[in-house]
Amino acid sequence: MTTRIDTRFAELKAEGRAAFVTFVMAGDPDPATALEIVKALPKAGADIIEIGMPFTDPMADGPSIQAAGLRALQAGMTLRKTLQLVRDFRSSDNKTPIVLMGYYNPIYIYGVDKFLPDAKAAGVDGLIIVDLPPEEDAELCLPAIKAGLNFIRLATPTTDDKRLPAVLANTSGFVYYVSVTGITGSASADSSVVSTAVARIKRHTKLPVCVGFGIRTPEAAHDIARHANGAVVGTALIDALKGSLDADGKATAKTVGAVAELAAALAQGVHGAKQAAE
Amino acid sequence: MTQAIPNSYRSGPDDTGHFGIFGGRFVAETLMPLILDLQKAYEDAKADPAFRKEMDGYLKAYVGRPSPLYFAERLTEHLGGAKIYLKREELNHTGSHKVNNVLGQIMVARRMGKKRIIAETGAGQHGVATATLCARFGLECIVYMGAVDVERQQPNVIRMEMLGAKVVPVQVGARTLKDAMNEAMRDWVTNVHDTFYCIGTVAGPHPYPMMVRDFQSIIGEETRVQMQEIEGRLPDSLIACIGGGSNAMGLFHPFLDDPSVDIYGVEAAGHGLTNLHAASIAGGRPGVLHGNRTYLLMDEDGQIQEGHSISAGLDYPGIGPEHSWLHTIGRVKYLSATDEEALAAFQLLSKLEGIIPALEPAHALAKVSELAPTLPKDHLMVVNLSGRGDKDVPQVGDILKGRQS
Repeated sequence: MTTRIDTRFAELKAEGRAAFVTFVMAGDPDPATALEIVKALPKAGADIIEIGMPFTDPMADGPSIQAAGLRALQAGMTLRKTLQLVRDFRSSDNKTPIVLMGYYNPIYIYGVDKFLPDAKAAGVDGLIIVDLPPEEDAELCLPAIKAGLNFIRLATPTTDDKRLPAVLANTSGFVYYVSVTGITGSASADSSVVSTAVARIKRHTKLPVCVGFGIRTPEAAHDIARHANGAVVGTALIDALKGSLDADGKATAKTVGAVAELAAALAQGVHGAKQAAE
Repeated sequence: MTQAIPNSYRSGPDDTGHFGIFGGRFVAETLMPLILDLQKAYEDAKADPAFRKEMDGYLKAYVGRPSPLYFAERLTEHLGGAKIYLKREELNHTGSHKVNNVLGQIMVARRMGKKRIIAETGAGQHGVATATLCARFGLECIVYMGAVDVERQQPNVIRMEMLGAKVVPVQVGARTLKDAMNEAMRDWVTNVHDTFYCIGTVAGPHPYPMMVRDFQSIIGEETRVQMQEIEGRLPDSLIACIGGGSNAMGLFHPFLDDPSVDIYGVEAAGHGLTNLHAASIAGGRPGVLHGNRTYLLMDEDGQIQEGHSISAGLDYPGIGPEHSWLHTIGRVKYLSATDEEALAAFQLLSKLEGIIPALEPAHALAKVSELAPTLPKDHLMVVNLSGRGDKDVPQVGDILKGRQS
């Protein structure tokens, strides 16, 4: 099975550059604007798009992403509409990989057996589910692999060498290294620490390793991209989006542009980096 | 949901922390290694006679155990049916059953070398118990509490601060217990290297539901012995209020394999089950939150809904996973009591027995008022009086004053 994610990383490897991975929240600040934002990201230089599935209780997220999820829920976003967003995006872009990221409960309530084929048909390539560690693989990870989706696992500074094989066992697509112990939007890790960690993971897997949490600027993205196969940026994009909203938290004419502009600057940072990792 | 009836109701959870389909370990990878360490540390402690001995020493001299099993004579006369006994957990140091569990967890934390303790709290009883034991053992203590609860449970906020804890008001969501738990988990994931999360109820990722139950089971173990001494036999029924369900699980667990004992849990029905409430079993369905699969209040998209109860300690949209399992296999009957019913029971016990109960066990007492009159006079009923009402006096005083004017 080759997914759009595998294809994209093969292309990037041939070009000798790292992936710029963006995270935005489905339905933030409203479903229509969110679709325009997602459509603008590949043009801005995003290689892979992670789309957050809003949830009321995002236990691993900082204030920015919490607020983004609540804005989306207030605008009527649901998991069904998130899949619709992916379908709409796919009508004009059949290449950029889409990874849905979030928490398990909405999928569990939608029904795993129904969700996986619906997600695949909508054009989803992979899933990152924060509250499903390898100990719970039977819930969603194994069925997802069977359904032809990548299940991308988070590895963290607390995932030691003894535990890494278990974490990597059913991971595919890429490994998402969370560079700090903490919630999204926390302070970033030093790039030398990150490079050591990435090297450690690479001793256990041939999969690409992308690094996220705490990357906010083109310079930081550049630094990380030198040491990893990809840099993930979420909170900074969501903060740019928030800064463009009107006093009632509604989208303005500037909203899509604000996210796209920052994404373009970050993409330059990532794509300008020569890869030290390979 | 059909599940096989086990040989014993007391053998769970399995090695992966499941009670039937409930429980589990639904946490971020950052926490998983620590949870495995905790499981090991707890199993080691459980197998260590020195740990048990040290616990027993503190339970006796510091907590004040055993708590009395008291025959509520005037309440029994008033209701005219079953003979009602109160398990006096409100007489424990810190004023509720919460201290039983906190003592155990703090001693496990000490064995693990953790110096920074975090906790969530609703009514503040768990927060006060945690602040108390952190003071006793010289540990740093941070308590997350919803801003709404900080407002309605001021006496406990002041107590925690006097004990040296830092109380962090949580301003997100409905600003009650669920949100406090989210913030505590965010702190934990950030400070995982030196921090021990002291969870206040029989919920969260494995091993918490099991560990908290074990520490609270002293309630039921004492009750068995005391009832034998007083009446020469087992009780006929047990009843306790349920938010997350730790006081109830502590009373119930030692009796689960005694088929002659009827067991009732009482959830908070708030304004009524068709309105705002916190009754996860009566009004929810199985889902995944805060590290475990259990009954939860949620909408059709799987978004968690806020609980509502007059009692901050029951104001939680979930319930411990073992309760969910006991419900599906039918061993425990889950009932619910409204805010109004709890208020009436709060006043009744105060006036008849000279015991001001917390609003939480007032929910159990409300159902005692319904059940006891239908039962014979030789029926022995034990109510877990899980906490005292001092913390609720200002809030209930305001409500009653509002009605007079």
